[in-house]
Amino acid sequence: MSIDTETARRVAHLARIAVPEEELPALAGEFNAILGFIEQLSEVDVEGVEPMVSVTPMRLKRREDVVTDGSQPQAVLANAPDAREGFFAVPKVVE
Amino acid sequence: MSDLTKLTIAGARDALRKGETTSVEITEACLSAIEGAGALNAFVHHTPEIALEQAKAADARIKAGDAPAMCGIPLGVKDLFCTKGVNSQAASAILGGFKPEYESTVTSQLFDAGAVMLGKLNMDEFAMGSSNETSTYGNAVNPWRRGNDDTALTPGGSSGGSASAVAADLCLAATGTDTGGSIRQPAAFTGITGLKPTYGRVSRWGIIAFASSLDQAGPMTKDVRDCAIMLQAMAGHDPKDSTSAELAVPDFEAMLTGDIKGKVIGIPKEYRMEGMPEEIEALWAEGIEMLKAAGAEIRDISLPHTKYALPAYYVIAPAEASSNLARYDGVRFGHRAKLAQGDGIVEMYEKTRAEGFGAEVKRRVMVGTYVLSAGYYDAYYNRARKVRALIKRDFDEVFAAGVDAILTPATPSAAFGLGEMAEADPVQMYLNDVFTVTVNLAGLPGIAVPTGTSANGLPLGLQLIGRPWEEGDLMNTAYALEQAAGFVAKPGKWW
Repeated sequence: MSIDTETARRVAHLARIAVPEEELPALAGEFNAILGFIEQLSEVDVEGVEPMVSVTPMRLKRREDVVTDGSQPQAVLANAPDAREGFFAVPKVVE
Repeated sequence: MSDLTKLTIAGARDALRKGETTSVEITEACLSAIEGAGALNAFVHHTPEIALEQAKAADARIKAGDAPAMCGIPLGVKDLFCTKGVNSQAASAILGGFKPEYESTVTSQLFDAGAVMLGKLNMDEFAMGSSNETSTYGNAVNPWRRGNDDTALTPGGSSGGSASAVAADLCLAATGTDTGGSIRQPAAFTGITGLKPTYGRVSRWGIIAFASSLDQAGPMTKDVRDCAIMLQAMAGHDPKDSTSAELAVPDFEAMLTGDIKGKVIGIPKEYRMEGMPEEIEALWAEGIEMLKAAGAEIRDISLPHTKYALPAYYVIAPAEASSNLARYDGVRFGHRAKLAQGDGIVEMYEKTRAEGFGAEVKRRVMVGTYVLSAGYYDAYYNRARKVRALIKRDFDEVFAAGVDAILTPATPSAAFGLGEMAEADPVQMYLNDVFTVTVNLAGLPGIAVPTGTSANGLPLGLQLIGRPWEEGDLMNTAYALEQAAGFVAKPGKWW
């Protein structure tokens, strides 16, 4: 499996990370080095093995479906780069 | 008392209870040691006001006579822990200026026990690294040097600031976190003791997430006894972490008898790596002899899937990281890029993340994105999770056959020079975690103990791996190893 510049561009976009055009070939090269290393996994016989979900066999805990926290909009917004009138502000999303 | 910063937790606890010193005195000594240690770049956010206030409160509590063991003990806190009102940035520019409105469970438990926070410690960005060279704060530096050679060495990573601070006696102990070796490798590089508990023993709530199925917080201390005392305060069930175990926390310190007669210690043949330096080989052989002399039975064992642990880790950890780090979008906290005319929300995400994340973090997020993407999920991610199940099965079988603990080297070498790996490809750096990463994949407790020095005078450590939930027994074996090794060397002060 070899990653080309086009795949690198697609992955960068999926990850929402802007990568300048001229850096894409080097990025593709790094991906290939890492994926080459990972490729060893194909040697392992995994027939009949279930993929691990959790290291300790446990059911995900459940609790009563009730409100346990809330009513602190100021604390929630305190670290926002742009907050207005009790909301997070972002560039226009809907035309 | 002189040299208050050199005290262990146990030593300080006993001195405080006898009234020989006060928490304020020890805290002030640590603050002035930190002041003079800028060259180590271990502390990146200083909180002297909080520290002195907590120390005064601790002294009052000690005077009243009901103080727990950690009361009045000055600690450093890794930057990965959210601390209320104090910068918590995971050493990343994308969390520039982030001051949480809440306290992590671990720091909250430590503070309830009376511990004092001196400040926040340097680390690799989002705990992704093995040399503390990916930090937005710059490199943390190892207080140890190669004899008279003044080359700056790495303290290891990702908990590099924690390791450097404890080794240089800037604090009595520090918190660390370990996803693939990030407590044990830096502990070994700096001659201190570091424990990664069983997955689920310590709450992850309020610790900035890297790879949630692997992350665990643990103590980084001057000796095994201190590890036991500090873990006691950090551990326990937390309803806010759904993977936290509902198990009682035993009295770990009381379990340190040093008696390991009849314990079975496994020596895994797969950890004898090709090209392993002779001094690591010798260190391991000495450790085996020490445990044998203490009455343990040494048994050769096999963990056949060891070789596949690092490749499986480099699928699973980036996959989980790509999901966890999706939250850094420039909306709710931290950095937002300046936008150009006409930029929409996608440009905001892409520019913010390009500016805010460092190179290694971007690389791992993108690798994680790739292995989770349509068409590759089965080939990479599911296969890696199956291999992970096999790695855990290897350990399960060995423990079921009666092995109590497993002894291995902690790292494949002594600390290397900062910048020495700059030209190497990323995979070379990943090899640092070759002995530690299996433990995270299997969710087991592991501890690094300093037992010797390299030819050029740097500390070297061994790792003991224990059965799940048996940190007490594991630390007792580590205690016996520590007693036998008698490692007391300290770095000469140059900073």
